[in-house]
Amino acid sequence: MPDHGGHAQRLYRPGDTPVHRLPAHCKLIAVFSFVLIAVATPREAVWAFGLYAALLAGVAALARLPAGFVLRRMLIEVPFVAFALLLPFIAEGEQVRVLGLSLSESGLWGAWNILAKGTLGVAASVLLAATTELRAVLLGLQRLRLPPLLVQIASFMLRYADVISDELRRMRIARESRGFRARGPAQWGVLAKTAGALFIRAYERGERVHLAMLSRGYAGTMPVIDHLTASRAQWAGAVALPAAALAVCVLGWSL
Amino acid sequence: MSTTDEREPGGRSEDAGPRGGGQAPLSLEVAGLAFAYPDGHQALFGVDLSVPRGERVALLGPNGAGKTTLVLHLNGILTAGAGSVRVGGLPVAKDTLAEIRRRVGLVFQDPDDQLFMPTVREDVAFGPANAGVRGAALEARVTRALERVGMAGFADRPPHHLSFGQRRRVAVATVLAMDPEILVLDEPSANLDPAARRELAEILLSLDLTVLMVTHDLPYALELCPRSVILSEGVIAADGPTAELLADEDLLRRHRLELPFGFDPRAARR
Repeated sequence: MPDHGGHAQRLYRPGDTPVHRLPAHCKLIAVFSFVLIAVATPREAVWAFGLYAALLAGVAALARLPAGFVLRRMLIEVPFVAFALLLPFIAEGEQVRVLGLSLSESGLWGAWNILAKGTLGVAASVLLAATTELRAVLLGLQRLRLPPLLVQIASFMLRYADVISDELRRMRIARESRGFRARGPAQWGVLAKTAGALFIRAYERGERVHLAMLSRGYAGTMPVIDHLTASRAQWAGAVALPAAALAVCVLGWSL
Repeated sequence: MSTTDEREPGGRSEDAGPRGGGQAPLSLEVAGLAFAYPDGHQALFGVDLSVPRGERVALLGPNGAGKTTLVLHLNGILTAGAGSVRVGGLPVAKDTLAEIRRRVGLVFQDPDDQLFMPTVREDVAFGPANAGVRGAALEARVTRALERVGMAGFADRPPHHLSFGQRRRVAVATVLAMDPEILVLDEPSANLDPAARRELAEILLSLDLTVLMVTHDLPYALELCPRSVILSEGVIAADGPTAELLADEDLLRRHRLELPFGFDPRAARR
């Protein structure tokens, strides 16, 4: 974990590689186009997905990210692909027998489609998060003209996640100091009240923060202080990934 | 009280600023200020308070006396039901709000409420940037403000990785960067350990600014503010040299103010 890494920064792995140095908005564009291209690839072109994976592995190597680091963070995908694993069993259509099980062929293709494209998307996002500080991601989104309100909400989340999880931790310690143990549904009421109290505290803090913002002249928009700029070479570096992916995709459609 | 004649005002009397002369320009002028909350609870019943430029004044009072309500009037977050507030001669009104908020530097009690940007530098830049300052001028403002509170080395740190005392100092820097006419501090010594409390005091004494300090911390008021006013039940109940007010036990008791055990304001000369 990076030394200045709170809970919110665990994804980031500090470094000084060409990938780390690219401006955040270039990387965002690159990842977004890469994902679009991967999704647009015909699912039957299995080899294309292998090439995509190889491209991402290349980026990871360039960013000096260990395979274990990336793979562990990709586990977040697991709950989302559970549905994909059900598809071969519940989909209609022609059945094929695999290991003595009768599976739907279209279901298998559907599952592969979700699994392959989902995994590539998650891997690309993990690479982005591992090489870009959250703060920089937000600046990049701002630079890409994401509605300012959304950027503000996200940056407040980033600022206050630790403050609020700290409050939650203190409330848990206070509960447990008075002998509370969450053993079963009988105690859920207490936990629900904790959640409610936490919400009210967060809401009140929101009001106080708003007052503090008004007091320093806030009039509805955040001033843009940091301007991100990217050189031609940086754009070229960032675009290399989706450009290579696009070539693979075009090949996948034409073969 | 045989030592009356020798009594000095608390704090540093030499830079107390002009007082009572009438000629000095007023940083803050509150006249007949009354306010009731929408639920009908009346918090202020005609507050009169003048603070000449350069003076440091402590606003003392028990919980519920209306201190916070008064403070929120100073920069127009609450609007007076009756009476008026002027800051450096400019009346608080809808069309002057932007300038008023630049002139009144409000430091809130919880630095986590005040420091809402991802890094210290951006937070200090927030106020001046809202006022339209950009580029090198903005950088210079930020650096200068952080230097004044001894936090220049922390510009790129996220606020939540600083100690409480450091966050309080950065909170002061966020308003110093706006070049305020008056610094208004809400319980500045709350939750500080003795060393952080002393460091903050040294910074505040070095600022050469008009200060209005809201506090329960009577020794801190004595150390920093030559003059004090007591706000009680929505009116100014007393106004005078801090050392005199703190020596008047009856007065303090009437307004639910208490000195810490063993503290004698007559002995605490500096």
